[in-house]
Amino acid sequence: MIDTILTNLAMIIATTLMYSTPLVFTSLGGVISENSGVINIGLEGMMVIGAFIGAALGYFIGNPWLAFIGAGVAGGLFGLLHAFACVTFGANQIVSGIAINFLGPGIALFLSRIFFEGATMTKSISLDNKMPRPLNGIFPEGSLLNIIFDNQYATVYLALIMVFLFWFFLYKTKYGLRLISVGEHPTAADTLGINVMKIRYFAVIMSGVFAGFGGAAMSLAIVSNFRPTLISGHGFIALAAMIFGKWKPQGALLACLLFGGSQGLAVFLGQFDFEISSQLISMLPYVITIVVLIGFVGKSAAPSADGIPYEKEHKN
Amino acid sequence: MGYKNATRSLTKVIEMKNITKKFGDFVALDSVNLDIFKGKVHALLGENGAGKSTLMNILYGLYYSTSGEIFINGEKVNITNPNIAIEHGIGMVHQHFMLIKPFTVAQNIILGREPISKMSVLNMKKALKDVKEISERYGLYVDPNAKIEDISVSMQQRVEILKALYRGAEILILDEPTAVLTPQEIIELIQIIKNLTKEGKSIILISHKLKEIKEAADFCMIIRRGKHIDTVVVSETTEEELASKMVGREVSFVVDKKDKKAGDEIFSIKDLVVKDNRNIITVDKLNLSVKKGEILGLAGIDGNGQTELLEAITGLRKIESGEIKINGNDITNKTPFQIINNKIAHIPEDRQKRGLVLDFDISENTILENYYKKPFSKKGILQYNNINVYANELIDKFDIRPKKASKMARTLSGGNQQKVIVAREITNDPDLLIAAQPTRGLDVGAIEFVHKSLIEQRDNEKAVLLISFELDEVMNVSDRIAVIYEGKIVGIVDAKDAEVEKLGLMMAGGGNK
Amino acid sequence: MKLNWKELRKTIYIFATEKTVGFTLISIFLGLVVGAIFLTAAGFNPFQAYGIILRGIFSKPSYISYTIIRATPLILTGLSIAFAFKTGLFNIGAEGQFIIGSVVATATGYFLHLPLLIHIPVVIISAVLAAGIWGGLAGYFKAKFGVHEVISTIMLNWVALYFQNFLIYTEGFQKPGGETSYSIQPTANMMILKTWKQSAAGREWLLQHPFWKDLLRTPANWGFIIAIIMAVLVWFVLNKTALGYRLRAVGFNRFAAEYGGINVNKNMIISMFIAGALAGLAGALQVVGVSHKVTLIAAMEGYGFDGIAVALIANSNALGCILAGLLFGALKYGGAKIQPFMQAPSEVVSIVIGSIVFFISIPRLIKLILSRKNKKGGTK
Repeated sequence: MIDTILTNLAMIIATTLMYSTPLVFTSLGGVISENSGVINIGLEGMMVIGAFIGAALGYFIGNPWLAFIGAGVAGGLFGLLHAFACVTFGANQIVSGIAINFLGPGIALFLSRIFFEGATMTKSISLDNKMPRPLNGIFPEGSLLNIIFDNQYATVYLALIMVFLFWFFLYKTKYGLRLISVGEHPTAADTLGINVMKIRYFAVIMSGVFAGFGGAAMSLAIVSNFRPTLISGHGFIALAAMIFGKWKPQGALLACLLFGGSQGLAVFLGQFDFEISSQLISMLPYVITIVVLIGFVGKSAAPSADGIPYEKEHKN
Repeated sequence: MGYKNATRSLTKVIEMKNITKKFGDFVALDSVNLDIFKGKVHALLGENGAGKSTLMNILYGLYYSTSGEIFINGEKVNITNPNIAIEHGIGMVHQHFMLIKPFTVAQNIILGREPISKMSVLNMKKALKDVKEISERYGLYVDPNAKIEDISVSMQQRVEILKALYRGAEILILDEPTAVLTPQEIIELIQIIKNLTKEGKSIILISHKLKEIKEAADFCMIIRRGKHIDTVVVSETTEEELASKMVGREVSFVVDKKDKKAGDEIFSIKDLVVKDNRNIITVDKLNLSVKKGEILGLAGIDGNGQTELLEAITGLRKIESGEIKINGNDITNKTPFQIINNKIAHIPEDRQKRGLVLDFDISENTILENYYKKPFSKKGILQYNNINVYANELIDKFDIRPKKASKMARTLSGGNQQKVIVAREITNDPDLLIAAQPTRGLDVGAIEFVHKSLIEQRDNEKAVLLISFELDEVMNVSDRIAVIYEGKIVGIVDAKDAEVEKLGLMMAGGGNK
Repeated sequence: MKLNWKELRKTIYIFATEKTVGFTLISIFLGLVVGAIFLTAAGFNPFQAYGIILRGIFSKPSYISYTIIRATPLILTGLSIAFAFKTGLFNIGAEGQFIIGSVVATATGYFLHLPLLIHIPVVIISAVLAAGIWGGLAGYFKAKFGVHEVISTIMLNWVALYFQNFLIYTEGFQKPGGETSYSIQPTANMMILKTWKQSAAGREWLLQHPFWKDLLRTPANWGFIIAIIMAVLVWFVLNKTALGYRLRAVGFNRFAAEYGGINVNKNMIISMFIAGALAGLAGALQVVGVSHKVTLIAAMEGYGFDGIAVALIANSNALGCILAGLLFGALKYGGAKIQPFMQAPSEVVSIVIGSIVFFISIPRLIKLILSRKNKKGGTK
């Protein structure tokens, strides 16, 4: 009895980790951009282009890591575009982000049709060329650790490491201190000789890189190709997780795990022949998120200057 | 002796020559010269918008001048960003503090010049040691581990000064440093300034307060509308002389106001308790009443519960306990809508945040509380003809410029924005008019206008509650003065008998028993 | 001639920088240029592609009709988002509100049996109310619990999507053997001349009149007229009524609105209700006019997200939403045709739309480019 419960629990943990991973990468992207004071609602579009480039490079090159990095670069280019509009030209950050949500899928599908003979779905990557599974076959068959870790792709561990690195970077290094200061009070940072523009460019580009990673974590690991509906809204959910996690990497991780967890629960419950429809179970993560948000009253603490373009030369 | 003779033997550390700054077609600074001498306090005097801050922002590398030259210790420099200014030993304490609220004192001080161990990792141990060292050396005591959002305003100012000293500042620019301080804290600050000059630092003091310039500064440069008017030796001049140079005409410090007897009590507050955003009690069992035909001035330092009191009266903040009555009607915890209909009008502290919808035009702003009433609205449809007629009446009566009802509020000057609010609120014919910081940031003409409007209201047997951080204003305009300290009224005096020293003491919690 | 060129540049500059419409038109032009660059880079002739798109929109009465049918829901979701924008809210939830509207319309259209003239209004009103409540929910969460509407509407979108899928698998609603619902009753069908064009007399007449035959080949319906009426109504409410004054005051500056005695929370809920109702109307009209049923959906269909672009291109102007919706509908419908005709990816349309929105986000860049040109022109 206890064995079954533990086994089931292990299975839920395994799916939780799997589903959370793309979200974790992407919401880390959100964390860094918004802590520097630039709202990035374009995470979705950046994730889509990352998923496509990851899948396409994975197919053509056959090296998952090169493909993964390529996806980051592609996302980073979109980040650059967003930074160009928001940082250099003081654009409305929401509008620019929405634009990227059209451009990302638009360009991804455009390229897909060109490189995959008119198809909007890329060709599958063979299992050997997907992300490696570092702990595959390490633990004894049927053990709990085996259930949890056997099939986890490298991206899962990488995501967790990245959360730690982001936390360390933001709160323990001088560049993190500066980045947060720019998002809180850019004028103050400027008066201390901190280059607001440079930091914001860096943060927004990195945010694209990580959203790109998030997309590739989907197309190179969880599935093995790109298709138009692959990302469908995950970027927005990562954005919600970032807000839910109070703009902190560790908070975003927990929010992503909560989200992946309720998705894992939905998958788990889905395998039983319940009276409840699987469609209703699929609703679960979204309903839980709303309920939790309602329950946790108290305004979440966005960086003070989040969303406000910084303009250097202005009249008092 | 004269300025030239007085400065002959001094060492010039900064020389700004023919500085001109244009914002579009607007000339903010017109060929201004400024010299700063070692170990001296140099005041920059001028009205709001005269160009003081702009000049200093140029010196600090925040703005680029359109033309002109800067020399530091005789060497021509090109200050294109604050880093260069800092390298040349210039530090600046801005009027609006440049502090990162969620950071600690130490983090704020080291920001941009962080002590690090390997790989850019912060060395907070060394940071704390450095901060301690420097704060002891200049007698500026602070708790390096306290968060900025938890410490007082005068502490925050110390952090700002420390920030500059940490960067090795030899020349310190203080922009309106006393605006937020109590009279006692001002005395402390002046002492700090003296300590610093003794150590050989040079101070530039931006201010429009004559008294503290008299007390603290050696020299004073006066600018008006971007033009250099004069530079004087402070000990050889009078406050009146400085004032007339600042505004360009004779200034009377006294507001024209006839004596008059107040009527019955119309508005009362009993045992009011209100909490602030952090859930801390900031208005603490406060009692106050206002009579018909009087102006009650509420004096106090910023942050002693004025904002919360104001918001509680006007229905913008929840009241924990206590009672507020007007004309015998209980308005405790009523909505702003109900309170407005109880004939309370309110000139808010922050005109751009509360007072106006900046993206509405003048006419739409004039009907903010009355848009749904006849003749502005019939059966839910707005009657723009009637609205425009009304708006034009107010524009004429209150001399709002430009005289165009379709002008967006955003495009008006600060003084004219305030006039729109004053016009709207007074025309609502309130029994009680609450005016909070009604003249903040206005020029002399607009200030006179606002004061006149308040007094007219009183002469029409209405009650006025004036809340202001400017003690001079409270003393000149009010009939009675109440002093608020830590959320309580600590004393009420007749304006005629009021003395600055005594009020100042009460404002700082000294009390008069 | 040189002088004229200079004048022209100057005129363009003033047009683009001082008039919102001018700026929008320049952005649309630049968006098309970006699309052309992508096509050229991929080895296609952009003029040929745009030519096909244009012909695909205008060359036949049925094409024009299809364009209008495509544009109708976008005008309404655009209005929904523009309306919320005006009240300072960002309604990402038009997607879900659209779904709720279409599901409820299908349910009332199928289950209720009512006379012709009553059935359609009942279907539309019930759908609009349900979607309004769905939208108002997000407003309520914000007013009562401080939940940011962007997050709550994103979540509500997915809940709506799975709700629709759940209903499609529900017995009595699911059409046996398909992943789709039953179709609505004929009395709830809003197609123009639906019975007549299938009758013998109708067919006979249409055979003689090829223009009308081609036009009525499409599911032409009254939806577009309703959308235009709604746009005018929204414009009127926002700009000419006390309600609109309140909503705009809350949107521009909620602190000043609160100060002026306006109940901010209540108006936020009202605004989201109306926004939801408009998006729900889009869904309802789609069902009664075009699809007559709902089907299983794997991912968001994009009516709501496309509506965001429509609202942005229209600068949140209600009447502008008509034009922006038509532009968007035309590009989507016409753009699909470059795939079969020249094997060029029809997704270039998304690139064009995205670029237009991108240029709209950076008025300063366009100003800069034009002013440089203007200066150069001036020195000659």
